[in-house]
Amino acid sequence: MTRWQISGGRVIDPAQGIDSVTDLFVAEGRIIALGTAPDGFAPDRVLDVPGQVVCPGLIDLSASLREPGQEHKASIASEAAAAAASGITTLCCPPDTDPVIDTPAVVDLVSHRASAVGLTRVHPLGALTQGLGGERLTEMAALKAAGCAGVTNLLHPIRDTQLLRHAMAYAATFDLTVFLHPDEPWLRATGCIHEGEVSARLGLTGIPEVAETIAVARDLALIEHTRVRAHFCRLSTAAAVRLVAAAQAAGLPVTADTCAHQLHLTELDASDFDSLCHVLPPLRTQRDRDALRSAVADGVLGVICSDHQPHEAEAKLAPLPETEPGISALETLLPLTLRLVDDGVLDLPSALARLTAGPAAVLGSAAGTLAPGQLADICIFDPDRPWQVDTATLRSRGRNTPFAGWEFAQRVTHTLLGGQLVFALDGPG
Amino acid sequence: MSTGLQVDSAGRLRHFLDVAGLKRQQLVEIMDTAESFSEVADRSIKKVPLLRGKTVVNLFFEASTRTRTTFELAAKRLSADILNLDVSTSATTKGESLLDTLRNLEAMHADMFVVRHAESGAAHFVARHAAPHVGVINAGDGCHAHPTQAMLDMFTIRRVKGEFTPLTVAIVGDILHSRVARSQIHALNTLGVRAVRVIAPQTLLPPQIEQLGVEVHHDIHEGVRDADVIITLRLQRERMDGRLLPSKHEYFQLYGLTETNLATAKADAIVMHPGPINRGVELDSGTADGPRSVILQQVTHGIAIRMAVISMVMAAHTGETTE
Repeated sequence: MTRWQISGGRVIDPAQGIDSVTDLFVAEGRIIALGTAPDGFAPDRVLDVPGQVVCPGLIDLSASLREPGQEHKASIASEAAAAAASGITTLCCPPDTDPVIDTPAVVDLVSHRASAVGLTRVHPLGALTQGLGGERLTEMAALKAAGCAGVTNLLHPIRDTQLLRHAMAYAATFDLTVFLHPDEPWLRATGCIHEGEVSARLGLTGIPEVAETIAVARDLALIEHTRVRAHFCRLSTAAAVRLVAAAQAAGLPVTADTCAHQLHLTELDASDFDSLCHVLPPLRTQRDRDALRSAVADGVLGVICSDHQPHEAEAKLAPLPETEPGISALETLLPLTLRLVDDGVLDLPSALARLTAGPAAVLGSAAGTLAPGQLADICIFDPDRPWQVDTATLRSRGRNTPFAGWEFAQRVTHTLLGGQLVFALDGPG
Repeated sequence: MSTGLQVDSAGRLRHFLDVAGLKRQQLVEIMDTAESFSEVADRSIKKVPLLRGKTVVNLFFEASTRTRTTFELAAKRLSADILNLDVSTSATTKGESLLDTLRNLEAMHADMFVVRHAESGAAHFVARHAAPHVGVINAGDGCHAHPTQAMLDMFTIRRVKGEFTPLTVAIVGDILHSRVARSQIHALNTLGVRAVRVIAPQTLLPPQIEQLGVEVHHDIHEGVRDADVIITLRLQRERMDGRLLPSKHEYFQLYGLTETNLATAKADAIVMHPGPINRGVELDSGTADGPRSVILQQVTHGIAIRMAVISMVMAAHTGETTE
């Protein structure tokens, strides 16, 4: 295996509180030292990256890979390549596959396909109920043994609160983290954008804020009751963030994330019936967006994820309510997060923590740090290498992004996965 | 928002999708053009040769009788060829996408689509994806907009009342699901009426409706007080199933327009309804057929307004003037 010396970069490792210009040494796929080379170390390759930022490979808590079952949208191979080019070395794929990831066999299928591709680490999330049907528990112990990073029912409703309680209690039995998508199905109903001024004007069915807050409040009560470790996914409202912050302050074992687009877009972006802004949960108000930004800054939201949902073009070519929700988001995860630094929301190490140490903590993973001994999953980006999002050159098979035309200053130049160079912007050199 | 899509750089109407985004002068132009067409109906040969050789496609993804037939008559009086497609029972039920349906019709050299669809934003979608030579008219999209209905209502109000600025207009009923109400609110505010009021129980009002520039009333007696124009909206049968309203009976008791609760309106107030009427639900027969009712005039004016809009949109595509 290649022995690397990554030289002259600004090394930022939020987990260790490191932010300094120094060298990083890699051997046998692991980080072996920071600063000075170990005695007798002779690198096979020196990666000279002055002026660039060297940080742990990014961890994305949610990226739909569409395989198995929806290969007309994307594949593990196509999306893993997009992840590698975006500095993402670990991602969780939700069980929204066909078949659903609700048995060890499907976990194995996804894991084997992902290792064969080898461009990023893929941690499947298992379904909380069989077929995501909300009626019968999955074999969670078996899912955990097969390698599931957690269990979730996504946005598929569990209408029976007793069953939800049992699901949490059962997951707690096996020390599995439950990933909750707070959404009250009766209140969301057929809604497709935020219920507010824009939905009133456009005559679109809105999704009220209470659809999220009622679910968060109910789930928090059940978490307190079952003492399950829970992670709230994709919070979109100021009110939900307040509830989670209060629960964290009270010592409940809860973490939470939002996705990058919620930190930049609002309901107004959908006001021209732009189906590319059709997402679930919906884009909310400016006030909500600002509250999410504050919560990212103060750590109530410890994670920013992509919520990557690649679609074929036809999925977005219909009147907005008939289109499929979601954004192809892997390639904008880092730049949108770094834009928060430009906007003065938080400093660079804190921003990177939301993409590395934060999600690693949720997964209980040793990844997300550059500490010696850890796997050499490394993201290197140039903070001054402007580029423009162009749907024609996205690596993801999904071209469905509302950020086309946006200009970003920072660009990933190299990604290492376990000491292997899996992406180099200017070629392997 | 839709300005760039429906109005070209010269200010001409390339598509007619929404009243929102149009200027007062553009609404007045539509009404003036309709005025010039309204005498065609009095001729022995009710036709002008303006659109000879043009093909207008009525693309109705949702059932409609009145709107479809008035568009058909309007196109025929302009001498266009008209093709009626009831798509709700054909292509899309066979799994063909809206976009494929459009491409097929374009391949038949259609010049204009008149679109009715159950989803808000459908007409915008069609306009955005139609070939550049094709004009699109929104004949009602979901709960969003029904701009020709709103303009025929404005035309009717102007014929009876003359000026808009001194008027107080009350809209009664299911605002939440009404594309007609949304377009009327935009049109009335653009034309500068003194006040637009909406009257309904909270379950039939979208949150933040005030942002559209209306006063909200829950009491019909207060809402119609001193009003010059009272517009009642159709209450769809599926709204009466007990989820939004307890019963048809209680709705009529509280929000049905009758001679009694009209007493607080101005003496010369007019009563309007976009049709079709549920007698004994939105209003009683005495009011629907009474001297204040202009409901049948609305239907007549629908043809002139649709002739105006069809000719203006077609002119924006052929570079000719409407006159």
